Amino acid sequence: MRVRRALVAVLVAVAAAASAQVAYKRAWPTLAADGLHDPASPALAILQEPSEALSALPPDFAGNLVNWMASLDGGYIKPRSTVLADTRVTLRSTDVLLKRTGELPLVVFPHRQHTAWLDCTNCHDQLFQQKAGGTMINMFLILQGEKCGVCHGAVAFPLTECARCHSVARGSDAEKTFRNLVRE
Amino acid sequence: MNPADRYVPRRRPRTRLAVALFAIVAAVLSALAPDAGAEYGDVVINNYSDGAGMRPVVFPHWFHRVRYRCKVCHADLGFQFKAGGNQINMVKIIDGQFCGGCHNGDIAWSVENCNLCHSGKPGTLTQVHESTTSQIASPPARVTAK
Repeated sequence: MRVRRALVAVLVAVAAAASAQVAYKRAWPTLAADGLHDPASPALAILQEPSEALSALPPDFAGNLVNWMASLDGGYIKPRSTVLADTRVTLRSTDVLLKRTGELPLVVFPHRQHTAWLDCTNCHDQLFQQKAGGTMINMFLILQGEKCGVCHGAVAFPLTECARCHSVARGSDAEKTFRNLVRE
Repeated sequence: MNPADRYVPRRRPRTRLAVALFAIVAAVLSALAPDAGAEYGDVVINNYSDGAGMRPVVFPHWFHRVRYRCKVCHADLGFQFKAGGNQINMVKIIDGQFCGGCHNGDIAWSVENCNLCHSGKPGTLTQVHESTTSQIASPPARVTAK
């Protein structure tokens, strides 16, 4: 029991220290120093540096240190929805409740934020059934890069941001606003 | 009886322990501060580049999502949600597929600007950089298609 508590304390300390540090200095490595670009590449004099684009966007404490949703909603960026003439853009705002979360708070999946970026076919029906509760999702799959982990942990906010998905306390008033796992 | 009343917490030692742990972890983390490291979501595509004597491609997600929503590439242009998942080559790009949907000299720079995309360190593996998955579950795949 004591070992378990100590472990929890360590995890909390790591998370707190890590987030405190990121919050403290919001800085992006230069392309030449990022470990991926070849410092000898002639492109480095031409390509845009992350700090130039990202420092103007609403801050976050993980990933690119940018709150991408706030950037979109706030009009800081105006990314195009299509480059093809005949593309149909579909938006949706239904929230879905995911209740098999063990001891953690329940998960709310918001369609609004996801359809702002993605097309229905990106998730349905390969990754997720359209019926609420119809897909087996768990953290083992997600941590291996499946289900939500296809994007979260690769490009959307990372898997260290537990509470952004696990956001509704069990038995809370917020839980009662869902009917059959769905809130319009 | 309220279950919460059963324990008389020994606050002080545990607080001290937590503070000590926090200090240690913070010290270690600041010593190991990740100063270098590509942007979260940067993708390296090295299916064929090394074999062709070109630098691998570095695709910056952050740059593209400022200008385009995910659906443009991942729905309309057919990019899979997997680094190196599309067998992209220059013939397809010149034909207007994948990167060539925009990198055609019309929407974005065209294919004669080889170095702007092929800008990675030679030998870098195909991967999504900084992905939680590759940090926790599996390192970047060593398999490269020929």
